[in-house]
Amino acid sequence: MIELTNVLILAAILFCISVAGIFINRKNIIILLMCIELMLLSVNMNFIAFSYFLGDTTGQVFVFFILTVAAAESAIGLAILVVLFRNRHTINVADLDRMKG
Amino acid sequence: MVEQIVFYSFAALLILSALMVITVRNPVHAALFLVLSFFSSSGVWMLLHAEFLAIALVLVYVGAVMVLFLFVVMMLDINLAPLREGFIRYLPIGVIMALLMILAMGLTLVRGKLEMAIPAAVQAAPGASNTTLLGKALYTDYLYPFEIAGAILLVAIIAAISLTMRKPKDLKTPRPELQVGIQSSDRVRLVNLQSEKTE
Repeated sequence: MIELTNVLILAAILFCISVAGIFINRKNIIILLMCIELMLLSVNMNFIAFSYFLGDTTGQVFVFFILTVAAAESAIGLAILVVLFRNRHTINVADLDRMKG
Repeated sequence: MVEQIVFYSFAALLILSALMVITVRNPVHAALFLVLSFFSSSGVWMLLHAEFLAIALVLVYVGAVMVLFLFVVMMLDINLAPLREGFIRYLPIGVIMALLMILAMGLTLVRGKLEMAIPAAVQAAPGASNTTLLGKALYTDYLYPFEIAGAILLVAIIAAISLTMRKPKDLKTPRPELQVGIQSSDRVRLVNLQSEKTE
């Protein structure tokens, strides 16, 4: 039998890998978007684990909504990325200093 | 026992592919490894009896979102060298952060018992499929959130299209700000014509 703790630790490891990915790939927006997808995946795994071990469908409903919002987010993010590349010819985060931030 | 072996192999595949996503040089390879990690996590979800969501993850994510990622990555002509700057420099702090977080979360999960009674995997009623249960929940208790989710998708479609659509240069369109600010005197000129006299 799989135990709840095993799944939770798997999700925690996945989350930490994606946090580390955000740290070490901080120049490349595409990889940053992929790391955010991985983070959302680990959160979804927590939801599904609790839904299974507590016998409650609500967790899966939330995963459904998270999937919807994540798909919308990545579509808009990629659209912004395409427009950015068209205007600036770079996706390097270090070069995006037009707003003096 | 078999279940455990399958779970651990899927988990190992998931972690390995996630590590590859954040370390490979080429974004195309990263996207393909992300596809692999989605596949393996859908295997884990299948073990946790979330069959509908496992299939939805493969169809929606691998079939749509990752294809979008691949299209964008291949469409942009990216110079990779400057994007890899600082990879080595930030590697130690990234690894340290990740290890600390894993340590904290793992200790909480293993040592401190969760403050609730966890039944050993409540079995669904025989004959009730996961899709039926999820559909009933979605269309009764969560109907309004479900419709809001549809609206969010619509907004995302419109936003993505209007952001990336390129208009032709010599396109003639009405300009509403000029149309609203127009005065009647700019448009119509009243001319006082002398009436001609007839004999």
